Amino acid sequence: MSTPAATPLKSPIDRPAVAHHFDDWQQQYDACVLGMWVFLVTEVMFFGGLFTAYMVYRSTYPHAFAAASQSLDVLWGTVNTFILLTSSLTMALGVRAAHLGQSRRAAQFLGLTMLLGAAFLGVKFYEYAHKYHEGLAPLLGLPFAYAGPDAGARKIFLGLYFGMTGVHALHMIIGVVLLGCFAVPAWLNRLGPGGALKIEIAGLYWHFVDLVWIVLFPLLYLIDRSAHV
Amino acid sequence: MSAAPEPSPAASPAEPVHVSRNYLNASYTVRSWLLTVDHKRIAILYLLGVTLFFFLGGAAAVLFRLELMTPQADLVESETYNKLFTLHGIIMIFFFLVPAIPAVLGNFLVPIMIGARDLAFPKLNLMSWYLFMIGGVFTLWVTVAGGVDTGWTFYTPYSSTYSNTYVMATAVGIFITGFSSILTGLNFVVTVHKMRAPGMTWFRLPLFIWSHYATSLIMILGTPVLAITILLVALERGLGIGIFDPKLGGDPILFQHLFWFYSHPAVYIMVLPAMGVQSELVAAFSKNRVFGYRFVAYASIAIAVLGFLVWGHHMFVSGQSLFAGMVFSILSFLIAIPSAIKVFNWTATLHRGTVAFDTPLLYAIGFIGLFTIGGLTGLFLATMAVDVHVHDTYFVVAHFHYIMVGGTVMAYLGGIHYWWPKITGRLYPEGWARFSAVLVFVGFNLTFFPQFLLGYLGMPRRYHVYDAGFQVLNVMSSAGASILGVAYLFPMCYLLWSLKYGRSAPANPWGAVGLEWTTPSPPPTYNFVETPIVTWEAYEYPGSNPAEVAD
Repeated sequence: MSTPAATPLKSPIDRPAVAHHFDDWQQQYDACVLGMWVFLVTEVMFFGGLFTAYMVYRSTYPHAFAAASQSLDVLWGTVNTFILLTSSLTMALGVRAAHLGQSRRAAQFLGLTMLLGAAFLGVKFYEYAHKYHEGLAPLLGLPFAYAGPDAGARKIFLGLYFGMTGVHALHMIIGVVLLGCFAVPAWLNRLGPGGALKIEIAGLYWHFVDLVWIVLFPLLYLIDRSAHV
Repeated sequence: MSAAPEPSPAASPAEPVHVSRNYLNASYTVRSWLLTVDHKRIAILYLLGVTLFFFLGGAAAVLFRLELMTPQADLVESETYNKLFTLHGIIMIFFFLVPAIPAVLGNFLVPIMIGARDLAFPKLNLMSWYLFMIGGVFTLWVTVAGGVDTGWTFYTPYSSTYSNTYVMATAVGIFITGFSSILTGLNFVVTVHKMRAPGMTWFRLPLFIWSHYATSLIMILGTPVLAITILLVALERGLGIGIFDPKLGGDPILFQHLFWFYSHPAVYIMVLPAMGVQSELVAAFSKNRVFGYRFVAYASIAIAVLGFLVWGHHMFVSGQSLFAGMVFSILSFLIAIPSAIKVFNWTATLHRGTVAFDTPLLYAIGFIGLFTIGGLTGLFLATMAVDVHVHDTYFVVAHFHYIMVGGTVMAYLGGIHYWWPKITGRLYPEGWARFSAVLVFVGFNLTFFPQFLLGYLGMPRRYHVYDAGFQVLNVMSSAGASILGVAYLFPMCYLLWSLKYGRSAPANPWGAVGLEWTTPSPPPTYNFVETPIVTWEAYEYPGSNPAEVAD
């Protein structure tokens, strides 16, 4: 996957005008890519706070977390994992096409990525609705269907589930919109100078959001399934 | 590097070189300011913003210092008092101290000092100013609407469940402003990595840049944690997701961990840039290479790294385990080492130098003294047994004001004076400036030294009714605060005066080295007529200390 990144100048559509404050295209390219990586570092720290909260409560209430995890639908979680992993593939193909100057093709792959992202979000909101109907959404003082001795801890688990996947979903929505901003001009062949760079940077973001899910999925859906199934 | 750059005859008529054109007179429209992507103009925008907030936060302090003149409650009632110190803390920390030096001086100087035309992401830079102002507007709205009373620390569950004041709006304001800080940090990191002029190696960078780089690392790594912490408080308050409220099964100590994971490093966000300014001032006014340049540079990075490992010293009495307390205590002692290295090296720089006691140096010397007191009293607080005694007393208040006001504000004012000729092209009246610098020092010490004594005697912070025995020291403190308030108004007046009546500044009024002094005052929009090629070390003053043996 790193070949397009290593040869940014190969792309025929990319003989871009360098912005006024950069000396040359290479500097601009490096700065932009580094900027996105630094931003992703801030994202790691942002999600890190959530993961810390999760770790604290999981170690405080291990059994309630394992039990509450059973109420999540592992099938839909798995489907969503496949959807997102596939979207990372199409994203990578889109970046490659953009670097090769295949504007239309890049747009197709970006569109496909957006579609997969939307599918993920659809499944996610279906799951949310399902939890709401089951009475397992501990939000806004809604009645909580489970009343066992560890109800408080289960509420925390489901609260964290909504909080963590919610923040993740918000990132997905931003990602889909972001890709749309590049897919349309790519389709119209109006990507402009530096278009491949923009798509590559959007791709970095997309892969990161995908990666967060790869961690969220086992933490939330797959706690100790073997012991209970 | 000719002193007066002239248009070269070879320049094509399409690209005239405007010698007299600079970033200030390039355009006069409001639009050209509000939509500018010039880092220097954005620095000016920030200067206006932080000055507004500084005086607003100061006004709150004036009110509660007045209240504290007497042991009884006579000016405000307790709820108003709570709102006043909360407002003071939030505004001064998030809207003044954190952005002050990086967003004003850093924005202006980072690209110039490394020989670049702008920061790596100029539009992002403008966006961060807007985020800052939007966050500020939220806070102003909170102030007008009725205030918030949680203290700037927002401890849960009070903030997440019980407080009936405008916690959410304040949280939104701080959340948004946090992103302005993150974007500034991101911009600086990328700029320092990728935009340095030819020949500007890492160890030729001014120490101002090193400390801003270290600050940016903290902004990038710490501020997102504050953001998620605020978001979790909002989720708890708004949606009822139990994270911090023990009634919902949550753990209030987790909030303190997350909060201080940002807010202790935030102290270094506030003081590291001040240290950078300090290095520049000391070198320029002793006409000397900073003693032990590399040690000072590495000390900035060491402070940034260690700063992330000491947050638990805020929680010695919060039910943290004794073992954790010991570890945090030792780590807090450790961070004194790089701080002390800097203090010793500045002193050594002055010792060998040809010292000129101009206004910026007066502030710098004030910084050294006050920061030393602030730092040493920090060691008291890092000692667990002593901390139990002085925890949550005025001793803590005095300690962090010595660091933040005695350190950061002194350096900020010193820096503003030092670079004022560069920023505005005007010289300020030196006599007034020296007088105010001394007045700030006197007022500051009279305000805050009595608070060490008050705290040690046991006066708790955040109460407006106190034992009558504490009155004398409180009156001293309030008297000092009034002097300090006036001393802060002076620079405001004569600096504004200098904009119209001050003498024009030459390119290098101090005879200092550094790329910012090689370009006209004020600099042209793209900073340099032509990109400089750096062939000299930092602080290469004639006859200064020999450079450290190069590797």
